[in-house]
Amino acid sequence: MELLKIQNIEKYYGGKLNLTKAVDDISFKVDEGEFVAIMGASGSGKTTLLNCISTIDRVTAGHIFLGDMDITKLKGKALTNFRRDKLGFIFQDFNLLDTLTAYENIALALSIQNRPAKEIDEAVKLAAQQLGITEVLEKYPYQMSGGQKQRVASARAIITHPSLILADEPTGALDSKSAKLLLERFNYLNSENNATIIMVTHDSFTASYASRVLFIKDGKLFNEISRGDSSRKEFFNKIIDVVTLLGGDVSDAL
Amino acid sequence: MLFKLSLNNIRRSIRDYAVYFFTLIIGVSIFYAFNSLSTQAAYLRLENDEHDMIELLKDFISGVSVFVAIVLGLLIVYANRFLMKRRNKEFALYLIMGMSKRRISKILLAETAMIGAGSLIAGLILGIGLSQLMAALTANLFDADMSAYKFTVSSSAVVKTGICFAIMYVVVMILNVAVIGKCRLIDLLNSGKRSEKIKHKKMWICVPVFLISAAVLAYEYFVVGWHMEKLSRERFALIIAGGAVCTFLLFWSVSGMILRIVMSLKGMYYRSLNSFTFRQISSKINTNVMSMTIICLMLFITICLLSSAFTVRNSMRSNIEKYCPADFEVTYSEKEGGETGFDGIPVFVDIEEMYKQAGCDLTSNMEEYVHFHKYTDPELTLESFCGEYAEEAKGKFPFISWNSVEEIVKLSDYNKIMELYGRDKLELADNEFVVICNFDNALNLRNAVLSKGFGIKVFGRELVSKTDECVDSFIDISAQHVNSGIIIIPDSAADERFASVDEFIGNYKAADKEEKNVTDKIKREEYKKAYDTYIGKYAEESGHAFSCGIDTKVAISNNAVGLGAIVTFVCLYIGLIFLISCAAILALKHLSDSADSIERYEMLRKIGAGEKEITASLFRQTGIFFIVPLILAAVHSVFGMKFACFVLGAIGTEGMAASVFITVLMILAIYGGYFLITFFCSRYIIKSRRS
Repeated sequence: MELLKIQNIEKYYGGKLNLTKAVDDISFKVDEGEFVAIMGASGSGKTTLLNCISTIDRVTAGHIFLGDMDITKLKGKALTNFRRDKLGFIFQDFNLLDTLTAYENIALALSIQNRPAKEIDEAVKLAAQQLGITEVLEKYPYQMSGGQKQRVASARAIITHPSLILADEPTGALDSKSAKLLLERFNYLNSENNATIIMVTHDSFTASYASRVLFIKDGKLFNEISRGDSSRKEFFNKIIDVVTLLGGDVSDAL
Repeated sequence: MLFKLSLNNIRRSIRDYAVYFFTLIIGVSIFYAFNSLSTQAAYLRLENDEHDMIELLKDFISGVSVFVAIVLGLLIVYANRFLMKRRNKEFALYLIMGMSKRRISKILLAETAMIGAGSLIAGLILGIGLSQLMAALTANLFDADMSAYKFTVSSSAVVKTGICFAIMYVVVMILNVAVIGKCRLIDLLNSGKRSEKIKHKKMWICVPVFLISAAVLAYEYFVVGWHMEKLSRERFALIIAGGAVCTFLLFWSVSGMILRIVMSLKGMYYRSLNSFTFRQISSKINTNVMSMTIICLMLFITICLLSSAFTVRNSMRSNIEKYCPADFEVTYSEKEGGETGFDGIPVFVDIEEMYKQAGCDLTSNMEEYVHFHKYTDPELTLESFCGEYAEEAKGKFPFISWNSVEEIVKLSDYNKIMELYGRDKLELADNEFVVICNFDNALNLRNAVLSKGFGIKVFGRELVSKTDECVDSFIDISAQHVNSGIIIIPDSAADERFASVDEFIGNYKAADKEEKNVTDKIKREEYKKAYDTYIGKYAEESGHAFSCGIDTKVAISNNAVGLGAIVTFVCLYIGLIFLISCAAILALKHLSDSADSIERYEMLRKIGAGEKEITASLFRQTGIFFIVPLILAAVHSVFGMKFACFVLGAIGTEGMAASVFITVLMILAIYGGYFLITFFCSRYIIKSRRS
């Protein structure tokens, strides 16, 4: 079932003289329960695209529909409610509040929804178990490793059961072991909870965990490949092929 | 949960921004301590006219408090905006998690309310302690007895402080809510990612700008320090404005040059962490030229205010010792005819006789006294005194009333007074006279005349001046040196037909201060009685213009001491507030810079810089950042104080060295205290990552 529909969106920066088209007429659809990766070199516009979907930034033109709702038109309370109830966001640099414990950081997302304390407690424990962070729940962010922090941030993003989870370079600040662990959790959430995930990355290995990869170059959609029934290893090789095709700075894309 | 969030935020604020909280507390306590002065003073044993002075002081402090509240308000708003900026990321996270802006505003309101209430309570407690010290200072300034003093809390000052700071915090809340309402998520999220641009100023612009502003400042120093009498109001304003602009340009050009100069000293630049240290300092000065200018100018004002504060008070006191050597003086003068009443012909009336008519005894309670009278010769005016020099002098001193008659006192009376005062007596030959004078402007004129050696004609007799300049002396008691000139003539030259003002000067029969005050009260009541029952009526009936007056040392010194105390308190008040404002701004800026540089220090550690070297580098950065504005302010102040001495000339500038010493101590304590707090806090900030 179709969840997200992106229709001819454009995002321009700067004035008349130095106009930068960060996103230049991109359209695609994401079905419910899909795990989509968006790949591209630095400056290709992938983060801008994600920011537009997450309502962090506003599009210059075009529409984004989540279900029947045009989120480019949202304002005020409706916008707040959309972010609160429909969206989970995972940042590259975790963005945990260092004044709160892991437990409290995760619970904050539910507190904002004014859920009763008992329900919060059950939900936090479940999410912590799913992401393998039960033992660090009482720790503060500065007492945790990068991988643990990112899994706490992920738990915070999924705990409200949002329609859409957006992740901006989630493995960017992690070592390969932590990255693998996190991505396996993403796959688990995707298959067990039927969570829809859109993830921006420039790392082919990270992208190979997705079910579909979109490639962006100079603000335009360049290519797209689906994993289908192939193994992750085969899919990874396919991605590498496209990245090579994309040209530019290959090392940057890897 | 949200409450816990804001409580946690504050807990962190207290740790990271101890300086902000500390400043708030000091601000509140100073505000309270000064506003509670009058309540404190009620417990001191003060004379009546000192109570009047306390009332005046209260009014002054209330007026100045409005100004102080505005300064503190601006400081709080500035500091708060500064701290808000550092939390952009946090707000972005709240927004993306779907917290409404209203809810974020609520968190901020709760935080401000808690910080406000906390600082207000802590500040008031500190202020109540401080005000007890202030009471001791008040007692000292007013020479008052503290034995009846009790620990007091001024409820009116508490209410006033509470209201003032509540208003400031409400303003901060409104501004915070406005900032949150306006902000855009994408800007908040990206705010931390800006990379620092290094602007290199062109050397060929910096050097001339530096030289020109230094030259202009030197010229201004010269004018202010050595040619102050030529300064008109407009020129003075111009100098102030020029000084401010040059200060700015000096910082601007130095910030451009310092790095180049240090870099050219290769041996030094590449030793230890010097290259890093100087890069940091250079970028700090570069980005803070405007605030450093303002801080430098505020420090300059602070230094001048603080050192004048104590000078005025010290000189007031020593002036009274010098210019008011007797306890009591009564004068009576009466003039007949004339247009204004005061240019008529003097009529001599004996004041002692008039007291007797009223049933009082002027000589009662007197240990010793001199009863004498002055003379005036209608032919001898200031103009005729100047003789041929008059025309030239009129051009130079346009504001003097040239046709006022000169006061004359005969030698034997003068010597009797001097004996009473314990001062040097005079000797005169039959054809000589002497002018006694100690008021600066009159002194210039009279000395110019005397140096030319003109004689004068008194009661038909030619006299020549014994000296070629005025003798530094006076007859009437006063708080300052304001004798604009009295001519002393030999007894043989005096003509009783021209007797004018009758005067009675004496010392009380009193063993100690207490007894003196009692006698003073008696003598003043006696004067009032004599005036009411006889002198006033007599003078009215005569139909002549008259003036009758009493001066006592107790009243003069109470007024002078009170005035000195008011000046001291007001200067101290504004000076302290300025000082903590400057130091707080510098401290906040430095702390936030340290927080921004955490990664740089991490990197230094990774490439093997020792903890000792990093601490040394941080110490140098903090030190230079704090000391640069202070040095320029100190140089400004040297010349500013020279000018202040000139302006304060009439009051006197005794005890300047002591005042400057106290000022230096206060600045060392407060400014130095802020420096140390800043250094230790930033050391904590750059270390904290490793835990």
